[in-house]
Amino acid sequence: MPEETPIIIAENVHKWYGKFHALRGVSLTVNRGEVVVLMGPSGSGKSTFIRTFNALEEYQKGRIEIDGITLSHDLRNIEAIRREVGMVFQQFNLFPHLTVMQNITLAPIWVRRLPKVKAEELAMQLLERVGILEQAHKYPGQLSGGQQQRVAIARALAMQPKIMLFDEPTSALDPEMVREVLEVMRNLARDGMTMVVVTHEVRFAREVADRVIFMDSGYLVESATPESFFTAPQQERTRQFLSQIL
Amino acid sequence: MNWLRKNLFNTWYNSLLTVVCLALLFWVARSVLNWAITQAQWEVIGVNLRLFFVGRFPPTLYWRVWIALALASALLALTWGVFFSKQRVSSLRIIFFSLIGCSILFFLPLDLNTRLWLQGIVILIFAAFWFGGRLSSAIASWLSLAWLLSFSLVFWLIGGGFGLRSVPTNLWNGLLLTLLMAGVSIVLSFPIGVLLALGRTSNLPVIRWLCILYIEIIRGLPLIGILFFAQVMFPLFLPGEVRLDRVLRAITGLVLFSAAYMAENVRGGLQAIPRGQIEAAKALGLNASLVVLLIVLPQALRIAIPAIVGQFIGLFKDTSLLSLVGLLELTGIARSILAQPQFLGQYAQVYLFIGLIYWLFCYSMSLAARRLEKQLVHEK
Repeated sequence: MPEETPIIIAENVHKWYGKFHALRGVSLTVNRGEVVVLMGPSGSGKSTFIRTFNALEEYQKGRIEIDGITLSHDLRNIEAIRREVGMVFQQFNLFPHLTVMQNITLAPIWVRRLPKVKAEELAMQLLERVGILEQAHKYPGQLSGGQQQRVAIARALAMQPKIMLFDEPTSALDPEMVREVLEVMRNLARDGMTMVVVTHEVRFAREVADRVIFMDSGYLVESATPESFFTAPQQERTRQFLSQIL
Repeated sequence: MNWLRKNLFNTWYNSLLTVVCLALLFWVARSVLNWAITQAQWEVIGVNLRLFFVGRFPPTLYWRVWIALALASALLALTWGVFFSKQRVSSLRIIFFSLIGCSILFFLPLDLNTRLWLQGIVILIFAAFWFGGRLSSAIASWLSLAWLLSFSLVFWLIGGGFGLRSVPTNLWNGLLLTLLMAGVSIVLSFPIGVLLALGRTSNLPVIRWLCILYIEIIRGLPLIGILFFAQVMFPLFLPGEVRLDRVLRAITGLVLFSAAYMAENVRGGLQAIPRGQIEAAKALGLNASLVVLLIVLPQALRIAIPAIVGQFIGLFKDTSLLSLVGLLELTGIARSILAQPQFLGQYAQVYLFIGLIYWLFCYSMSLAARRLEKQLVHEK
C-alpha cells in the first residue's frame, strides 16, 4: 500500500499554446509508490500535463513540486528533476544510431558519471528485468515495437528514477505486443515504483492503478479508485467517455 | 541475347533509337581514339610530369614529398580499414592486390626511383588497411589524434623549418598544392560549418542572426570574388607586421566560402532529426550540449553525408579557380606549361590530362562516400 507522503504536487497548473488554453488549472498530488492512470479523449491535455512534470512543456501559472524540489526555469533545477523522473514515450524515441546497450548506458555514463563497466552491468540487469537480455548488441531498428518499448523502459530505469511517467506507452504498438509491455509495467508497479500513466488500456487501469483520473478540455474532471471510476462515475462527462471506450 | 531483345529492341522505335545511338557512340569513340593516337602529341605530358605533380619544388627534397604522401595515404588506408573492419578482407586477397599493384607500377615508364617509392607506398597502403581491419578496436580511439598529428607532420615535411630546409610556398605547385589546399580547406570548413549550422538553429537570437547574416552574405557572392578579396583585401585589413602568405590567404578564402555551404548541408541534417529524439535525451537529464553532441549531431551528419561529400568534391574542383589569382596549383601549372614555346596550343592534351587527375580524385571521394553511407545504413 502506498504511504501517504506526496512526491508530485501540482497546484492550479495553467498552460497556453499561444491563445489555446491547454491546461486550465489542474491540481494533482501523487504519493510515493502510487500508480495513477490518466484517461481522457485526445486533446484533453493529459499528455501535456505529465510533460510539465519533467519540464518538457513549460507552464505559465501554478506550481509543481517534484520530490521536494519546486520546478523553476533554472536549467540546473530542471536537470536535477529530470534525473529523478524517467519518461517513456508513445513513439519509443530510442536513439537509432546507438545499440540497445549504448542507449541504456548513455545517460548513466554522461549524467551520473558511472564508470562504463558499472553502467553496463546495470544495463544487463535492467535488460534481464524487461526480458530482452539477448538483444543487447542490436540496434533499435532491428527490434520489434514491443521490444523497443521495453528497451525504452530499461533506458529510463537506468537513471534509477523515483518517478516514472508513461505517455501512451502502448498506443503505437501492434496489439500482440501490448501485453509484453504492460507486463513489464505491472512488475514495475509491484516493485513500488511511483508511476503516472497516460493510457487507454482499461484492464491495466483496473488491475494496476491506485487511482484513475479523467481529464477533458484541460480540466481535471474526476479522480477516483479504479473500482468506483469504472463502475460508478460521478460526472456526466466521464460516463459519456466510458460509454465510448468500454 | 534475350536481354538485348527485351531492353533495346522491343519496339520499332526503340530499335531505331538503339541503332542511332550506337552509330553516334561509334563515331564519337572513333574520332576521339583517332585523335588520341594519331594526331595528339603526348610529349607535353611526359616531359612536364614533374611540373604537373610538384611544380618547382626543389628536386633534391622530393623525398620529403614522398614521405608526406606515404604518411597521408597510409593513414587514409588505416582509417578505411577501421571503418570497414566488419567486412573482413582476407589477408591473402590483400597480399594479392598489393602484388598486382606493384607489378603494374614496375612496368610504368617512369624512372626507377619514382617506381620504387610508388611501390613502397602501395605496399604501405595495403599493410595499413590490413592493420586497420585487424586491430580496429585498439586503433580506433587514436585515429583522430593521428590525423591531427599527420597534418602538422605533412606541413612540416613540405614547408620545412625546425631543422629541415624550408621551402617557400611559391615553390609549392601543381597537384601537391591542390591536394594541400583542398585537404586543409575541407578539414577546416567542416567544423566551422557545423558550428554555423548549430548557430543558425540556436535559440539565442543574436547568435542566430549573426550566423544567418554570414551564411547568406557568403552564399550570395561568387567564389572567385571571395578569392580575389582574400588575396587583395586581407593584407589591407590586417596590421602591417602580420603578413599572411598567399597560399594561406587562398585557403582562408576557400574555407570562408565552403563553411557557409557546409552549414546549410548540416542544417538539412539537423532538421531531419525528429523532436522526439531531443525530448528523450532531455528527459534522461542530458544537458543541452550533450544532447547536441551525443544525439543530434551524430544522426544529422549521417543524414548529411551525401550533401557534405558533394560539397567536398565541389571544393576540390574549386581550387582550380585559384589559378586565376596567380597560384600555380594543378590548373595554374597547366596554364604555365601551355605558355612554354614548344607546347603552344596543345590545350586538349594538357586539359584532358589534368581533367583525368581531377576526375580520379573526385570519383574516389564519391565512391568512398557511397561505401560509407552503405555501411552506416547497414548498422541501423
